[in-house]
Amino acid sequence: MSIILTTEGLPLEKSLKKVEQKNKFRAFLLVLPLLLFLIVAYVWPILNLLTRSVDNRLISDLLPQTAIALSNWEGNEMPSEDIYKTFYLDLNEAHKQKLSGKVSTRLNYAKNGFKSLINKTRRKLKNFEDENYKDQFIDLNKKWGDIEYWQAMKVAMPKYTIDKYLGSVDLEKNYSGEIIQKPEKRRIHRTLWYRTFYVALGVTICCLLLAYPIAHLLSTLPLRYSNLLLICVLLPFWTSLLVRTSSWMILLQQQGVLNDILVYFKIVGDKSRLELMYNMTGTFVAMTQILLPFMVLPLYSVMKTIPPSLMRAGSSLGGTPFHSFRKIYFPLTYPGIGAGSLLVFILAIGYYITPALVGGASGTLISNRIAYHMKETLDWSMASAMGTMLLVSVLVLYWLYNKILGIDNIKLG
Amino acid sequence: MPQSSNTFVRFEKIDKSYDGKELVVKNLNLDIAEGEFLTLLGPSGSGKTTTLMMLAGFENPTSGEIYLDKKPISSITPHKRGIGMVFQNYALFPHMTVYENLAFPLRVRKIQNDEIENKINKALDMVSLTNFENRMPNQLSGGQQQRVAVARALVFEPKLVLMDEPLGALDKNLRESMQYELKHIHETLGVTIVYVTHDQGEALTMSNRIAVFNDGHIQQLSSPNELYERPTNSFVARFIGENNIINGTIIESDSRQCKVKTNNGETIHANPVISNNIGDATSMSLRPERVLINPSDEIPNKFKAKIEEVIYHGDHTRLRVSLLDQSDFILKVPNASNTFSFENGSEVLLGWDSQDCRALDFIGN
Repeated sequence: MSIILTTEGLPLEKSLKKVEQKNKFRAFLLVLPLLLFLIVAYVWPILNLLTRSVDNRLISDLLPQTAIALSNWEGNEMPSEDIYKTFYLDLNEAHKQKLSGKVSTRLNYAKNGFKSLINKTRRKLKNFEDENYKDQFIDLNKKWGDIEYWQAMKVAMPKYTIDKYLGSVDLEKNYSGEIIQKPEKRRIHRTLWYRTFYVALGVTICCLLLAYPIAHLLSTLPLRYSNLLLICVLLPFWTSLLVRTSSWMILLQQQGVLNDILVYFKIVGDKSRLELMYNMTGTFVAMTQILLPFMVLPLYSVMKTIPPSLMRAGSSLGGTPFHSFRKIYFPLTYPGIGAGSLLVFILAIGYYITPALVGGASGTLISNRIAYHMKETLDWSMASAMGTMLLVSVLVLYWLYNKILGIDNIKLG
Repeated sequence: MPQSSNTFVRFEKIDKSYDGKELVVKNLNLDIAEGEFLTLLGPSGSGKTTTLMMLAGFENPTSGEIYLDKKPISSITPHKRGIGMVFQNYALFPHMTVYENLAFPLRVRKIQNDEIENKINKALDMVSLTNFENRMPNQLSGGQQQRVAVARALVFEPKLVLMDEPLGALDKNLRESMQYELKHIHETLGVTIVYVTHDQGEALTMSNRIAVFNDGHIQQLSSPNELYERPTNSFVARFIGENNIINGTIIESDSRQCKVKTNNGETIHANPVISNNIGDATSMSLRPERVLINPSDEIPNKFKAKIEEVIYHGDHTRLRVSLLDQSDFILKVPNASNTFSFENGSEVLLGWDSQDCRALDFIGN
């Protein structure tokens, strides 16, 4: 194939590129501020989150020699005198630099009891004599003679670890590196994950069932009525999330409006008022209401583009209203259903304030657990690992959606 | 009213109002014969589409009754009426292939699969779209979508097919060829077609009869040539084709001819269509192509005119002349070989037969 030339004799492709380059550069300048903002406020924090969830350098930095010594230790018999000595030297060094607090906190994640053990030990470090470290340690506190503490310390030592990911699905590594289930009474995360997905799925389905008729009505009403109705649907958007959630609390509590009405009409007895809050029901009801607009809007925008003549055509061709709906209207709303469901589901699995306020113990979700780790235990690595898992599950969902329905098919308002 | 034996659709005293204040259709009485191609023609808002929608069942008459094959159908839902319909923007199902679109009415009727295929092939063959079965509607051109819509409306062999401005979205050439195609389909199948349009050319080309709608009334119901040659009121005369309007007062009249005095004092011999009463104001309608240049002696109306503008149109030349104090008098001269040469500003003698100048109801200036 010969190269096509412009009238001036330059290759056409090159000239075209030259002309377009300017436009491209201008377009790039337009997106640049947002791009920078995204990198600083979105990409970087997420990368940070990812590294933090596997980064375990803190403890091996604090106890460098012990880390090396423990990695060579098999872990099935008591550590040798050398290891005790190394540990002493490291701990003493850390103590001098006033870092022993960090050591105790970090090791306490690995095994409960470490905090008090180290805190008790570090005050006596200066009294240690230069031999028989093992005996001195055990004399000080007999826990130092317990192999389990040493095993826990060995497991905690590697610079990078997936322990946090294991922990967030109630698994752990034992000293020899095998992955095992956590003891039964410490398994809490898996239930939370199940519950989170269950609630998100349920809320999505409820939202879809409630939003579909409303969106249809909105798309068929004359403009002046549909605008009013749309404002009603959007009203929750203009109200603070906290206010909406607290108003649900007023409605749903045992002495609340809903129960009062039920008691007044003698549907339930005064003694057997329904528990509508601080459980799953509360989370479900409040989240459905709050997320409903996210379902209505994509559905509405899709339905508005479906010409009414299609249903008429279906009917003139002999289809009953139901048949025409099922074969014509419903399939044409798939993009709206897909977009709305994806949006609601993704928002629901990360929902925090509502379950925290109305969920009680049985209605809290994984995000509440993440917040707990962020604020209470200060185990940010754990929070990061769980956050990452949440992020990955959203991406997987997105990928699945693309695989099944095609992402081009999505329509968000 | 006795129903004639081949009346297929009958509108009887139909009124329709959307808001309870204004009637969109007023006392409509209309009989449509079996196998007829009837066009409802009128400007937008004249009630023609509403009439069609009432027949299809998407609107209900406010009063009156519609009979289909002698049975009242007001209480029958659209999907049970068995009327085929072609919509303005085709209304093809965008998520279905051409084949599935056509199969829809057949599957609903629980027809066997091999017969469905048979009928679809026949229908697609009729609109010359064989081998398009697996295309999606958005992969078709406007004209092709149009044909699919027609095929879909015909594939289940309805006896009545309604068409709501089906050619409105097509370009001029395509529209013309589709007109002939629809006409042929109608002739081959012998179905009854009720067609709505605001395009008079379309109506004149295809129809057996045309009902001209305005203001909720049928203004005139007649065959295309009757409608063009002999409009019975000024609205129809002005709406169909081009014409010159001359206002005046009837000063003398018998059943065949009348004399009309124009506002500037000239007397015109005209054909009294509506009124014979002396003293009535009238608007006379005269087709541009009926005006003769240098008329022979027996022509009663002869006037001098000044040429204001000459527009060449290929097959004919259009002249705008000043005549009887009107500067927008139009005439059309066919471009035959021995054509006159016209110049702006030159004078020319014009005339017309009294039968071509139809004295209709007065519509003002």
